[in-house]
Amino acid sequence: MEAIRQVEGRAIPFGRKNVDTDVIIPAKWLKTITREGLGRGAFESLREDPDNLFDSAEFKGSPILIAGDNFGCGSSREHAAWALLDLGITCVIAPSFSDIFSGNAFKNGILTVVLPQEQVDRLLEVAKTDPIAIDLETQTVTTPFQDRFNFEIDPFRKHCLLNGLDEVGLTLARDAAISTYEQKHRAELPWLAAGTGVAA
Amino acid sequence: MTSQPRTLYQKIWDAHTVETRDDGTALIFIDRHLVHEVTSPQAFEALRVAGRKVRRPDLTLAVPDHNLPTTARRTASGARVPIADLESAAQLDALERNAPAFGIRYIGDADVEQGIVHVVGPEQGFSLPGATIVCGDSHTACHGGLGALAFGIGTSEVEHVLATQTLLLKQSKTMEVRVEGGLLPGVSPKDLILHIIGVVGTAGGTGYVIEYRGKVFEEMSIEGRLTVCNMSIEAGARAGLIAPDEKTFAFLKGRTYAPKGADWDAAVAWWKSLATDPGATFDKSVTIMASDVQPTVTWGTSPEDVVAIGGVVPDPASFADPSKQDAARASLDYMGLEPGQRMDEIEIQNVFIGSCTNSRIEDLRAAAAVLKGKTKAANVRWGIVVPGSGLVKRQAEDEGLDQIFTAAGLEWREPGCSACLGMNPDKVPAGERCASTSNRNFVGRQGPGARTHLVSPAMAAAAAVTGRLTDVRKLT
Repeated sequence: MEAIRQVEGRAIPFGRKNVDTDVIIPAKWLKTITREGLGRGAFESLREDPDNLFDSAEFKGSPILIAGDNFGCGSSREHAAWALLDLGITCVIAPSFSDIFSGNAFKNGILTVVLPQEQVDRLLEVAKTDPIAIDLETQTVTTPFQDRFNFEIDPFRKHCLLNGLDEVGLTLARDAAISTYEQKHRAELPWLAAGTGVAA
Repeated sequence: MTSQPRTLYQKIWDAHTVETRDDGTALIFIDRHLVHEVTSPQAFEALRVAGRKVRRPDLTLAVPDHNLPTTARRTASGARVPIADLESAAQLDALERNAPAFGIRYIGDADVEQGIVHVVGPEQGFSLPGATIVCGDSHTACHGGLGALAFGIGTSEVEHVLATQTLLLKQSKTMEVRVEGGLLPGVSPKDLILHIIGVVGTAGGTGYVIEYRGKVFEEMSIEGRLTVCNMSIEAGARAGLIAPDEKTFAFLKGRTYAPKGADWDAAVAWWKSLATDPGATFDKSVTIMASDVQPTVTWGTSPEDVVAIGGVVPDPASFADPSKQDAARASLDYMGLEPGQRMDEIEIQNVFIGSCTNSRIEDLRAAAAVLKGKTKAANVRWGIVVPGSGLVKRQAEDEGLDQIFTAAGLEWREPGCSACLGMNPDKVPAGERCASTSNRNFVGRQGPGARTHLVSPAMAAAAAVTGRLTDVRKLT
């Protein structure tokens, strides 16, 4: 995972609410067995419109997306995060995100920034003409017009994003704690630990 | 010192906490991991690249479901029928290779146990009350109908569970959805959950785990409970739960991976201790009167866009929130509907009975009861019934349900996810409508340009008979 500290540039002033992951990447694109190349299918139905924001000269390749409430609802497909990355998007700003999507984004080094609706509205306005900047270290979003908005982020997620840490590797380092738990779990609920019975 | 009263969710969480960090993030042990072909290939590949193995293959079960065609998979001589879509075929091949390579039990495409992961888990007794269950699919919430803490995960989390049998999680908030009274005659669990989503909203449950409480759930069959919990994610909640009871135990007893003998008795004793304690509190509570719930259909492109079948398409201007007004206008444009149009006058061309929400034996019985002795309307171009598993299919055939469906002009298919999301060849053509027992009416979900109306199995059957959305109670 790439470390992420600052994201600066033009932001796609999308603004739409309840954008589901079927819109971000339709099911026909989920047949891949790799993580690459999904940008082609990103927002496919919206990009049928020749005047769409994503392919406009002004916003194509922008690193930031500004969306409405409940971004990434619906399916758990991580392809949605991979598709955004492939478009070049490394930060999404919205008033709220679905739980599964925000987890998927984080695990792929995409920063999700939650701000109140009125601040998102202000950024949507600025983004039409000017760049914005996000600084993860100081947890701020700034504009060339002296706007400065602070955002909250889980400290563990911040640490992982700033350092590009692999969560699987971090958890594997807790192997002893997991083994201790497994022994206790097996002793207390042996029938639950049995599973399918194939050799562990 | 007496312990604090706890919710069902809290009890399962506590029983699975490996360790908790200072910031509240906990390492949670996962008891059951269901794997299908769509969200796993990149996870297996990552393990391979890093030289990592699956920590607990015995707690993992793999079954293909999303891409499989629902037409015959074997010729008369037993040879595999090739899959025309090469990408689908490659994804299915990857699971068939990955599962044995990592020591995981694999149910094959033509095995009688094959089916949709969320039908297979409970049916095999792999999903159990009080267990933590995950799958790379958001409808994993389904297994909460057995009293399990079950939720969907992304592919990175699939990899994390394969490698460590744990997930790093923050505790969710808890929401009680209390339903007072009993359902009216002709109203099904699907109608109830659609109504609940309409009340809670598609983002109302974000950050929460829902526990469904009230007499209506105690009286509900396990199939019905699985339907209700399945759609928790459509209200934004990652998981939904219903406390396990005697019905749950009767459903599970004797199933392949359910505990046996003395283990069974010990399991039941533990399961009985899981119910939410009197006096336990929820972060949020929503009360719904069961008598308010009518047979329910969707009019728009979000599962929260629900209305009783006797109602009309709403006027976008009637919504208080301006952004909801815009969304409703876009929805009506996509759906080809006008404000004020009666729901029971909307003509449909397609019927889909299936999906992890409504493909269990009780669902098929409900649809067959309506279709018995009737045929589909002339304007219904295509109707398919897709059982949730090979075992559901066999049971339905033993009961003669397949004969009722085919006599009515519907096609009887092989098990899989099918037209719920159209990753396989089962799609609804652009501009056409489908009365569908699935869970999502999103733009393009059943195929580009397809218009989905979510309904119960009985309502889908009624729509097949009349060729329009229909109040099933008026049909007989």
